[in-house]
Amino acid sequence: MTAVAPEPSLVVEHPLQRPRLPKLAPLIAAVIAAAAAVLLGLSLGWGVAPIVVTGGLIYLVGLSTWSRLVENARAATDRLVTSLVWTALVIALIPLISLLYTVISKGSSSINAKFLTWSMRNVLDGPGGIYHAIMGTLIITLGAAIISVPIGLLAAVYLVEYGQHSRLASWIRFLVDVMTGIPSIVAGLFAYALFSIIVGPGTQMGFGGSVALSILMIPIVVRSSEEMLKLVPTDLREASYALGVPKWKTILKVVIPTAMAGIITGVTLAIARVIGETAPLLIICGATDSVNLNPFSGQMASLPVFIYSSYQSPGANPEVLRQMAWGAALVLIIIVMALNILARVLGKVLSPKTGH
Amino acid sequence: MKAGSPKRRLGDLVFSNLTRAAGLTILVALAGVGIFLLAQGAPGLTAGKEDLRGHANFLSYVAPLVFGTLLAAVLALLIAVPLALGVALSISHFAPRRLATVIGYLVDLLAAVPSVVYGLWGIGVLGPKIVPLYEWLDKHVGWLPFFAGPYSNTGRTILTASIVLALMVIPIVTAITREIFMQTPRLNEEAALALGATRWEMIRLAVLPYGRSGIVSAAMLGLGRALGETMAVALVLSASNVVTWNLISSTNPSTIAANIALTFSDATGTARNALIASGLVLFVITFVVNFAARAIVARYEPGRKK
Amino acid sequence: MNRTVLRRVAAPCIATLALGLAVSACGAGNEDTGSKTSNLSGTIKGAGSSAQEAAMKAWRAGFQTDNPKVTVNYDPSGSGAGVEQFNAGAIDFAASDAALDPTKGEVDAAKARCGGKNALEVPSYVSPIAVVYKLNGVDKLNLSAKTIADIFSGKVTKWNDAEIAADNSGVTLPSTAITTVHRGDESGTTKNFTDYLSKAGEGAWKYDPDKVWPLKSGEAATGTSGVIAAIKEGSIGYADESQAGDLSKANIKVGDAFTAPSAEGAAKALEVSPIDDTRTEGDLAIKVDRTTTEAGAYPLFLASYVIACPTYDAAKLDLVKGFLKYVVSTAGQQAAASNAGSAPLPASLQTKAAAIIDTIAAK
Repeated sequence: MTAVAPEPSLVVEHPLQRPRLPKLAPLIAAVIAAAAAVLLGLSLGWGVAPIVVTGGLIYLVGLSTWSRLVENARAATDRLVTSLVWTALVIALIPLISLLYTVISKGSSSINAKFLTWSMRNVLDGPGGIYHAIMGTLIITLGAAIISVPIGLLAAVYLVEYGQHSRLASWIRFLVDVMTGIPSIVAGLFAYALFSIIVGPGTQMGFGGSVALSILMIPIVVRSSEEMLKLVPTDLREASYALGVPKWKTILKVVIPTAMAGIITGVTLAIARVIGETAPLLIICGATDSVNLNPFSGQMASLPVFIYSSYQSPGANPEVLRQMAWGAALVLIIIVMALNILARVLGKVLSPKTGH
Repeated sequence: MKAGSPKRRLGDLVFSNLTRAAGLTILVALAGVGIFLLAQGAPGLTAGKEDLRGHANFLSYVAPLVFGTLLAAVLALLIAVPLALGVALSISHFAPRRLATVIGYLVDLLAAVPSVVYGLWGIGVLGPKIVPLYEWLDKHVGWLPFFAGPYSNTGRTILTASIVLALMVIPIVTAITREIFMQTPRLNEEAALALGATRWEMIRLAVLPYGRSGIVSAAMLGLGRALGETMAVALVLSASNVVTWNLISSTNPSTIAANIALTFSDATGTARNALIASGLVLFVITFVVNFAARAIVARYEPGRKK
Repeated sequence: MNRTVLRRVAAPCIATLALGLAVSACGAGNEDTGSKTSNLSGTIKGAGSSAQEAAMKAWRAGFQTDNPKVTVNYDPSGSGAGVEQFNAGAIDFAASDAALDPTKGEVDAAKARCGGKNALEVPSYVSPIAVVYKLNGVDKLNLSAKTIADIFSGKVTKWNDAEIAADNSGVTLPSTAITTVHRGDESGTTKNFTDYLSKAGEGAWKYDPDKVWPLKSGEAATGTSGVIAAIKEGSIGYADESQAGDLSKANIKVGDAFTAPSAEGAAKALEVSPIDDTRTEGDLAIKVDRTTTEAGAYPLFLASYVIACPTYDAAKLDLVKGFLKYVVSTAGQQAAASNAGSAPLPASLQTKAAAIIDTIAAK
C-alpha cells in the first residue's frame, strides 16, 4: 500500500488518471473513526451507544472530507452516499437480529413436552402449556384457508380466463389490491359485527376468527393465483381447445394443474401471513385457558392472543406467564418460518421439471 | 369454442358464472365490511360521556385517536422510508450478488415475523434500552416541542411505538422499491456510467427518476400498514388519548387500532358500538390511503398490466 | 405430469389432515377426568370482574378438582359486561367490583332475569390496594389521602415537595420528578382508588369515582402487572398489594396514624363498614367507609361481589350453589388468598354470605 494521503503533486505526475483514495480507504477511515470515538468516549465516560453513533459520524464526515481533498466533490458525495446506504442496511438489520436473538434465547428455555401438550386449565402456579392455543390457531387458520382458497382461486380464474379486461374484472383487481390494505383489526371488527347481527350480541367463536382471517387472506390468494395462472402459456390452452375440450375443462384439467405448484406456494405463504394475526382474534375469538376444538361454539384460544394476553395481563404470576409468552412467540415464529420454507420447497418440488 | 354442443356450453356457463360469483363475493365482502361496521357502529356515533371514556361526544373521542394514528404512522414512515431505500439500493446496486441474496432473505424474514412478536420485543427490549436516548433528548434538545419531556422512564412512548412500526414497514417498502430499482433499464444505467457518472450520480440520474412513482406508492402502502397496525402499539404505548406533539413523555396519544385492542374487552353495549364506529373511521382512512396508492401505481405505470 | 403433481400434493395433504385429526382426538395432557368421585357434572358459566380473575382461577381449579366432571367457565370481561350478560340471561353468575346499582336499573333488571325474585349479591373478594413507588434511599413513606390526590392530579411534581416532606420528617427526599402511573384499562382498582381519593382527600381530588382514570396525564399501563412493570425510579402508582413485589409501599393516613397496606387491615376496614340497609334481604352490598379512623384499618381496598339468582333449574342448581358455597367457604377464601393475594373475608361476613347462598333453591 502506498501513502495513506497522497501528495497533491501526484496529480501532475499522472495527468490521465485522477487521484484516487487507496482501495482500503473505507477500512482505514473506519478504524481511525472507531479509535477516535472509543478514545473520546472513554475519556468522557460514555456508554456504548453514543460511542457507536459518534464513531459513525466521524467516519461519514472523515471519509467524505478525505475524498473531497484528494479526489473531488463528486467522488466525495458518492462515498458519502455509499456509506449511508450501508449504514441504513446495518440500522435496519440490527433490530431484526436483536429480535430473533431475544425470542430464541428467552423462548427456548420454556419449550418442553409439558409446554406443548398441556393447556392452562387449572394451572395456578408454575408454567402450564400452550396446547389449547396451538390447536386453536390450527383450527382457526384451517377454517380461514377452507373459506379463502376456493373463493380466491375461482376469482383468480375469473380474472385471468373470463373477465380479463372487462370493467368488472378491472374493478375486482383494483379492489382486491385495496383490500390487501385493510387493517387486521377492522377485519376482526367486521366479523364481530357480522356475528353479533347473525348469531347474537357479543358472540365469540373460532369460526368468526376464520371469517376475519379470510378477509385478510382472500386478496393474497387472488393476487398470487392470478400471477401464476397468467404464467401458463397460451399455447397450452389453445392446444386443448383445438382438441375440442371445452373451456371449463381446459381450465380445470390443463391450466390449474400446470399452475398448481405456484398456487400452492402462494396459498402457503398466505397462511403464513395470517397465522400470526392477533388483533382480529382478540376481538372475535376471545381467550380461554381450556382446549376447545369446536370452532362453532365458545371462545377459542390462539397462539398470538395467548402471547398478547400472557404478556399484557399475566395475573398473579407475571414472571412465569411472560416467560411462557416468549416461548409461545418462538413456537409461533417456528410455525411461520416452517410454512415459508414449506412454500419454497413445494414450489421447487411441484414445479414442472421441463421448462415450456 | 362458442359453437360447442349444448352440454359443453352448459358446463362453461356454470363454471364461468361460478368464477364470476367468486369475484363478486370479494366485492360483496368488501362492501360488507363497510356495511356491517356502519350497522354496528351507528349507535356509537351518538354515544354519551360514560361510553366514551369521559369524552363529551364521539367526535371529541375519535379526533385525538385519529391524530395519534396519523402521528405514529407518519413518524414510522419518516424513519422507515430512508432506511428502506438504503436497504433496497444495497440489494439492487451496492452489494455483491451473493450478499444481496442473503440481505433479501433477511428482509423477507423481517416481514414474516408476526406483529405481536414485534410488540413483545418493543416492550421487552427496545423500551428499556431507549430510555437513555430520551433522557439525552430531553436534556439537550428539550427546547423543541417534540422533546419537551419530562422523558418517560419506561420508554413506552409514541416514538418507541413508531420505531417498532417502522421496523414492520421497512420490509414492505423495501420489497417494492427493490423490485422497481432492479427493473431500471440497464441501458440507462450504462449510459450514465459511460458518461463518467459516479455510482451515486447514476442512481440519481437513472434509477431514482425511473422508480419515483414506485417509491411514492410503496411509501403509501407502508403508511397503510402503519395506520392499521394494532398489537405492536397496544403492547408498547402508554396511551392517554390526548393530543400532544411531545414524543418522549409518558403521556401519549393513542391510535385507533390500539385503542380498540386495549379497551374492547372492557367495553359493553354502546361503548363497543363506539369502538366499532372508530374502526369504521380507521377503515375509511386506510381505504383512502390504499386507494390513492394503487391509483398512483395504475396511473404512472402503464407498462404494467394491472 | 399433471396427475403426478396432483398426487404429490394430495399425499402430504391427506397425511397432514390425518395427523391433525389424530392429534385433535385427544385433549391436553392436563385435561383428563380425574379419579375423584363426585356425582356433580355439567358446565356453568360466569363473567365479570377482571380483578377477581386470579381468585376465580383458584376457585375454579379447586371446585373442578373436587368435581372432575364439572366445568366452570369464567370470562374476565369486566364488571359492567358481567352484570349486563347476567341480566340478559347469558351467564349463570356474575362477578362485579361494584354492587348492582339501583339508579341504573340494574337491580330491577336482575330481578326480571331471576324470574321476578330479587338477585343475590355477596362479597367474595377483598383486596387491599397499595400506593406503590420506587425511590432510591426512601423505603418508608407516609402519605395522606390529600397528598396522594395532589400527586396524582399533578399539583405535586417533585419528591421533595413540602407537602410530602411534612408527613415524613427525618426522611431525606430527593428532588426527582414524580411520574404517576395509572391503569389505562377500565378497572375496579381505579374505581376504588378514586373513590378513596374523593372521599378521604379533603377536597383535593376533583373527579368522580370512575373505572376509567379521569386524568389525561401520567403513564398508562394495562393490568396490575403492567402498572408494576411500569414503575421505575421516581414513579408512583397504585396496584393490588399482593402484586407489589419489590416495590415500596406507602403508609396511608388513617385517623392520626399511618397504616401500611395489609390483608388484615383491609378485612378490618371492611368489618367496620356498614352493610347497605336499603337493600333487599339477599343483597349484601357494603357501603365502604373510606374515612374510618379505626386503628389498624386500611380503608383503601377493593371489595368485589358475586351475583346469582335465588332459584335455578335442577340441572344448574347444585353446580351454582356448590361453586358459590366453595367461593365463600374458608377453603375457598384461603385458596384465593394464596393464589390471588386477596384478604380472606372476615368471619362475620363469611357466615352471612354462606347463609344467603344456602337459600338458593330449585325453581
